[in-house]
Amino acid sequence: MSNSRYDCIGESVEKIDAASLVSARDRFTDDFELKDPLYGVFLYSDIPHGEIEEIDASEAKEVPGVRLILDYRNTPSTLFTTAGQGFPEPSPYDSRLFDRRVRFVGDRVALVAAETEDAARLAVRKIRVKYREFPAVFDYERAMDPDTPRLHTDDEHPAIPVAYLPDKNIAAQLDIGFGDVEKGFKEADFIVDNTYRVHYGSHCAMEPHSALCYFDSRGRFVIVSTTQVPFHVRRIVSRVLEIPLGKIRVIKPRIGGGFGGKQEILLEPYVALISLRTGRSAKITLSRKEVFVSGRTRHPMRVRMKMGVKRDGTITALFMDALMNNGAYGSHGLTVLSNTGSKVLPLFNKIENVRFSGKTVYTNLPVGGAYRGYGATQGYFAFNQQLDIISRKLGVDMPEYCKKWHIKAGETSGIFKALGEGKEGVSQIIKSCRLSECIDVGVEKIGWKDRRGKHLKTKDGWAVGVGMSISMQGSGIPLIDMASAYMKMNEDGSFNLFSGATEIGQGSDTVLSQIAAETLKVPVDKIIILSSDTDVTPFDTGAYASSTTYVSGTAVLRCAENMKREIIEVASLMLGIGKDQLSLEGGSVVSRDGKSVTYSDICNYAMYEANQRQIQAYASAVMPESPPPFIAQFAEVAVDPETGRVKPLKFVSVVDCGNVLNPKLAKGQIDGAVVNGISYALTEEYIFDSHGRMVNSSFGNYKIFTAPDIPEIETLFVDSYEETGPYGAKSVGEIGINGPAPAIANAIFDAVGVRMYETPFTPERVYKKIVEVGGNSEGSEGGGE
Amino acid sequence: MRGEFFINGRREVFDFDSKKTLLRVLRENGYTEVRNGCETGECGACVVLLEGIPVNSCQVLAASVVGKKITTIKGLNDGKENGELHPVERAFVDAGAVQCGFCTPGKVLVSYALLKKNPDPTREEILTALDGNLCRCTGYTHTVESVKLAARYLKGYSEEGRDE
Repeated sequence: MSNSRYDCIGESVEKIDAASLVSARDRFTDDFELKDPLYGVFLYSDIPHGEIEEIDASEAKEVPGVRLILDYRNTPSTLFTTAGQGFPEPSPYDSRLFDRRVRFVGDRVALVAAETEDAARLAVRKIRVKYREFPAVFDYERAMDPDTPRLHTDDEHPAIPVAYLPDKNIAAQLDIGFGDVEKGFKEADFIVDNTYRVHYGSHCAMEPHSALCYFDSRGRFVIVSTTQVPFHVRRIVSRVLEIPLGKIRVIKPRIGGGFGGKQEILLEPYVALISLRTGRSAKITLSRKEVFVSGRTRHPMRVRMKMGVKRDGTITALFMDALMNNGAYGSHGLTVLSNTGSKVLPLFNKIENVRFSGKTVYTNLPVGGAYRGYGATQGYFAFNQQLDIISRKLGVDMPEYCKKWHIKAGETSGIFKALGEGKEGVSQIIKSCRLSECIDVGVEKIGWKDRRGKHLKTKDGWAVGVGMSISMQGSGIPLIDMASAYMKMNEDGSFNLFSGATEIGQGSDTVLSQIAAETLKVPVDKIIILSSDTDVTPFDTGAYASSTTYVSGTAVLRCAENMKREIIEVASLMLGIGKDQLSLEGGSVVSRDGKSVTYSDICNYAMYEANQRQIQAYASAVMPESPPPFIAQFAEVAVDPETGRVKPLKFVSVVDCGNVLNPKLAKGQIDGAVVNGISYALTEEYIFDSHGRMVNSSFGNYKIFTAPDIPEIETLFVDSYEETGPYGAKSVGEIGINGPAPAIANAIFDAVGVRMYETPFTPERVYKKIVEVGGNSEGSEGGGE
Repeated sequence: MRGEFFINGRREVFDFDSKKTLLRVLRENGYTEVRNGCETGECGACVVLLEGIPVNSCQVLAASVVGKKITTIKGLNDGKENGELHPVERAFVDAGAVQCGFCTPGKVLVSYALLKKNPDPTREEILTALDGNLCRCTGYTHTVESVKLAARYLKGYSEEGRDE
């Protein structure tokens, strides 16, 4: 579908906040200056599991400037989930502001509010806590064993009717499927059955979490926060602190990256509580170490995948069994687990016998949460290595094998209906899928045919290999995510656009403005967008689930279409010409016979002359389906057989995200996700000591890629158009992170014949595998029967 | 203690705790354009130019730089708030290297200092210079392009009288 019929859709319109951000004229949360605020600093548990026997804050209280010390004894004990999800949240209500019981090193014990941050820090160090220690569980694969300690009790409960078994350390569980997998396995010529493990990861948004609260002139609570979910913040703070919702305003300023880490209610209830108790403004900003340990993480997961295959390539049955580690609290425990099945299994939709079972368990470790990819990343690590193994066993080329079996436009999958957000899903037929074309382009760009299986060497003697991965994501949560927009027209023909959607750096303010500008036939600078301020903008569920362009974009599109009708109605009155004769063109309404009237004249006429009114419009959107974007990703790596070091040489992503509304911003989403994914696959790792304490909670010891580390990166988009999306768009925010780990693992196998079932692929792990295989370049594959 | 600083060409006198870092003192005195991403000298978000040389301001005690010239990102535009951009800033925007923008001012200052010293840096020189500036949004794919573009924009751009 050509973009030439559009004015600004498909153009790399400059990100509307780029100039103000590059010159630092825009403010992030911590940049807001408050008049004499109190600064909050947390005291965290330094034991992994136990109960507080005594808190002695007498010395802390004596520190000059200390105004308030909060702990479990003087705060509400309301159970809630920190997961910033729609109501009722699918995550269990297993958290309190403070609890007598502590469940990991980094759990909250107390909060000091003082006149200066230094005073608060000093006071925190002077609080003496006596614990009764309990045995702890760190190995999530043993969390359900009868002899391991339990973290939660029956007091904690889910908000929706789902399985919750704290007596087994189970935060969530699922078992769905169709057909008969046992029968399917019997029909297979061979079975590929392997177990994969993915590890903890930190989002590493450059801006640490921060929140502040002050009172407006009417004594209402104004919360400014680094949040992806301002409306969920308002609702959850209201519930936990029993402050009427109408007395809370949540403002989202500029956000320094989210990636899911800020879809969490971590600080807002605490700043509001300090303000509630003291009548003062309050601020909490986390240190990087606190973000690593007490923020949220990618859920580690063990994924067993058993597939029965016939010699013609037919997969007769697939059994996927996932075990997810949620750490001490069950944030996003059900839905990330669901996504591991629901975002992976529909991709190969011709398998007749499918079963997906999964469990999410508690351990005395840091807490999992939403993270770009959201379970799909974990599942695709297993799935794409299985496909590599199967195509090698069949003696077919993996790109061709993928092209033959992946879901196509016009097809559906039983998974869509069987598995949704912790309940049944929504059936849908795929309307756009250009994955085969993505694979073809990627094969070309990576030089697959000249490299795959060719055992090339670099001039230093490193072994070179290529590998690939395919995946899909969704575009919002169907029939759950809701977005809305409101617009009003100004006298110069500009428009204020109020959207609940949450710009967190990804560029949604720009893309939503483009959608409005295109619909109203004006330049983008005529759209003045204001997003996510709960006092001003209408509701939106927030920036998550790859929903903003598709769901919030549809709300803006509908709103702009309604605005168009309003404008034409007034113009029809002014020109005395029927509405069906009129259309929009270059900031004017024009008739077929060449008469026209400008937006400016239309607005002034409505304001001052006849049938006076504000020309305005609104709309909401909840989508009946969630069209998946598709991606094919290819890695070329060099492996040093002497040390096990893996160097990524080139990474290619070819994407079908529907019509690309803003190529530069879309590419930015994929590039950023790819580098995050490569870094996660190779160097990022949470390292714990024997007490479950993270020992590398700094950028110096938790290595994320920097500019010199990146390989050659190529990101391309194929022509595609999704008829249900705004101007043909699907989502693009998360999908890019699914491919790096499996594509690199498959490339490592191609290079040195070792199969990496576990992330990250550190030199130690790779070297150990190379030694095990003993230089057999054909390598060894597990799982054959 | 009390000390004077020359920040973005302006003389400032601050009363501050001698144990405080330059980052803290700057932010507490309204220079919030200097960002705190880690406070351990590992992310580069808090870079300022100290006598023209980029430093992580979280690793410098304010007391140790009393009397010195300090340039923050706002100093590149002589404090103008009207939306005008310095050529290096413009290059980062045009190259599409701005997403959330939290780390960008630090990158711009490092690039500015590099180009001052070396108007035509190679790819390797650019990557080495920006090694200390972490970014999670962009994947660094625009790093080289941004700096090369900035080098071009700077040709013929007069910076006479700029005080750093």
